[in-house]
Amino acid sequence: METTVVESPVNYINHKHTVASWLLTYDHKRIGILYLIVVSTAFFLGGIFAALIRLELTTPAGDLLSADVYNRMFTMHGVTMVFFVLVPAVPAVLGNFAMPLMIGAKDVAFPKLNLMSWYIFTIGFLFTVTSMILGGVDTGWTFYTPYSSQGSESNVLITGIGVFITGFSSILTGLNFMVTIHRMRAPGMTWFRLPLFIWALYATSLVMVLGTPVIAITLLMLVFERGLHLGIFDPRLGGDPVLFQHLFWFYSHPAVYIMILPPMGVISEVIACFSRKNVFGYSFVAFSSLAIAVFGFLVWAHHLFVAGISPYSALIFSFLSFAVAIPSAVKTFNWTATLYKGAIWWKTPMMFVFGFLGLFLIGGLTGLFLASLGLDIHLTDTYFVVAHFHYIMVGGAIMGYFAGLHFWWPKMTGRMYNDTMGKMAALLIFVGFNLTFGPQFILGYLGMPRRYHVYPPEFQVLNVLSSAGASILAVGYVLPLFYFLYSLKFGEKAGANPWKATGLEWTTQSPPLAENFPATPIVTEGAYAYSKREMKVA
Amino acid sequence: MFSGFSLFPTQASTLAPEVDNLYLGIVAITAFFAVVVVIFVVYFAIKYRDDTGEKVGAPITGSMPLELGWSLIPFFISIGIFVWASVVFFHIVRAPDQTLDIYSTGKRWMWRFQHIDGQREINELHVPVGRPVRVVFTSEDVLHDLFIPAFRVKADAVPGRYSAIWFEPTQVGQYHIFCAEYCGTRHSGMIGTVYVMEQADYQAWLSGGGGLTGGTMLQQGEALFTQLACVTCHLPDGTGRGPSLVGVFGSTVTLDNGSTVTADESYLRESILTSQAKTVKGFEHIMPTFQGLINEDGVAALIEYIKSMQAGGNRVASAQ
Repeated sequence: METTVVESPVNYINHKHTVASWLLTYDHKRIGILYLIVVSTAFFLGGIFAALIRLELTTPAGDLLSADVYNRMFTMHGVTMVFFVLVPAVPAVLGNFAMPLMIGAKDVAFPKLNLMSWYIFTIGFLFTVTSMILGGVDTGWTFYTPYSSQGSESNVLITGIGVFITGFSSILTGLNFMVTIHRMRAPGMTWFRLPLFIWALYATSLVMVLGTPVIAITLLMLVFERGLHLGIFDPRLGGDPVLFQHLFWFYSHPAVYIMILPPMGVISEVIACFSRKNVFGYSFVAFSSLAIAVFGFLVWAHHLFVAGISPYSALIFSFLSFAVAIPSAVKTFNWTATLYKGAIWWKTPMMFVFGFLGLFLIGGLTGLFLASLGLDIHLTDTYFVVAHFHYIMVGGAIMGYFAGLHFWWPKMTGRMYNDTMGKMAALLIFVGFNLTFGPQFILGYLGMPRRYHVYPPEFQVLNVLSSAGASILAVGYVLPLFYFLYSLKFGEKAGANPWKATGLEWTTQSPPLAENFPATPIVTEGAYAYSKREMKVA
Repeated sequence: MFSGFSLFPTQASTLAPEVDNLYLGIVAITAFFAVVVVIFVVYFAIKYRDDTGEKVGAPITGSMPLELGWSLIPFFISIGIFVWASVVFFHIVRAPDQTLDIYSTGKRWMWRFQHIDGQREINELHVPVGRPVRVVFTSEDVLHDLFIPAFRVKADAVPGRYSAIWFEPTQVGQYHIFCAEYCGTRHSGMIGTVYVMEQADYQAWLSGGGGLTGGTMLQQGEALFTQLACVTCHLPDGTGRGPSLVGVFGSTVTLDNGSTVTADESYLRESILTSQAKTVKGFEHIMPTFQGLINEDGVAALIEYIKSMQAGGNRVASAQ
């Protein structure tokens, strides 16, 4: 692995230049970049909605936005961030780019299908953006009936169809990844030599393929209910509004694992690289991903503890929710142990990992509060829940995504970004994040309900703190946009392996050749053979 | 901006200290684990820092005892929390036997409360201190959620069925009522106040006649029972075309498919509004549905009247 890479001046970026060569590409790396562009657009769009929400909440009165506009803001913030950022960010951007390289493949198993997935995703996104331009939607990203089917006067149909379409992109990507991981591994790349990111993607693909059809069907039912008034969810016609919640969360809770498992995989890669050793308890980390994927399907009704389900079924779902926390705890302990006796290189991606560990820890542990039946009654539907899932999805998933983006950026572009700026962004995000969402735990326990446009004045101090934190957070998220773009032209040349990492993707040049490797690599060792390498060097 | 600022909510019901103890207990346990992990991460990150990027770490691959330890210990602690939280949960969802019952309906964007004695209030709820109160409620339109943070209770209001919360106020005062389930434009305006009063003040308030219209719920229910012709089939001696309703509330009813159901408020409500849903064993399904013929207040009044039909004419459960 230490042999010098012969650099070719031709790579996947510059071998063809036309717009058509990008829009009609079958190259997984280019498709990854296409996803990056759409996901980043969605991220900044969702961020603008978030900024308006926080701005409105600096005062108890509804003085900046009208109630209807405010309700549209938090709905579109949720829809955009969940379906067009969190779900695709790591698998579709980083997974598409890095996964075939990491397993020594030329491409994914079905390159045309891969391009089609991007088109489906983008069409779904355009539908959703159209609904926003037409006046937006105000049901909350959860689309609960009967408000979404009868009450709301906003563009539920178009948004629902947009999200429905996007689901197929997930299903096809999951399918593509599973087949690729099964069939396209390089010679010698056995299952237990796979990088942990690949295990995480595999587990995620399972959830995508099994879970996404359920949300698709549910949204279709909602569209029919709203358009034709079938009565599936309408009690006056013998329907049940709570049925929608069961169906919705049957996908949407596993979807949380679609969002967090791939970033967890990224964390394993980055922590191994910058500790310069193998991940502690490799097989435990690998199998905990699968355990989370499987058990993740059995906890959906913990979103319904106050919705009128039987207290006995609540008991079972509470117990399983505690159980699903264990594999996440196991991962966290293994990552911590990986640091022990490492040679820890303080580079930007590692700073994002430290941020991830701190925030995911809080996010995960506060999940135990919500799994606790007697406590969830008080906490559910308050800001405590808002804080908890932002710690998991933003503190965890987006931190992990940023760690991965900073880790593979030199491979994607062939250029280094400014490391000091990167560390500053990581610090700003960490501090800003805690200031934004930390006070919301207290607000939640005090009883401030979520999705409130106006609120009693005694909650103002904590809301002002939260909004102040959000402005720091915004700076932290905008900063990378500048130094990444700057690096494209002015960044130092990265070379094949700037992090001196193990892993097949680092054995080929940066940016890689269109066909990834000059010759199919042959794998002879495990994923994180840093110690072996030293012996070779020494 | 700092008026009324606090970091911990008021404890104003018997359930509140239980929930708070659980909360603080979990805070202590999770804070311990968080601090331990953070100390290790920070310590390792600093102690093993090497910014040359040239060195490699020690070849440690894992440890079975550690893996077992940090899987099983959190698992057993989780079970402990689970049991504790579930005990508290059953205290929250199981109302005691003798409660003061109040009916409520959520609709966009207000809460309507209906007392047994006939008083009605909107976005205000007067209750006596030191007495268990049960609020039975539903929604007329979309989902709502009746949330009283000071009492640490909440439940969704679901159209088409009854939900209930119960609490025993321990402190005289005024507390927030929030709608906690998003319900559209003025969701955040769907708030109100609970007035917890001394027993004597409460009695004075009751007899003050604020909002009193059309007699007690019992009287309204009785009138409806005749007006809607329920009385023609549900004869008290059981010889009518419908089952006798004497003593039915709280009893176990056997249905025509052999299953049984407890005749609580939800069952009575369903039987009135969607009578086709369940048929009592030994009877023909001939009862019409009263969906659209009777409003939520009427349903609640009818249920109160049915509750009052006990052998010997004594009322149980919600007796004043």
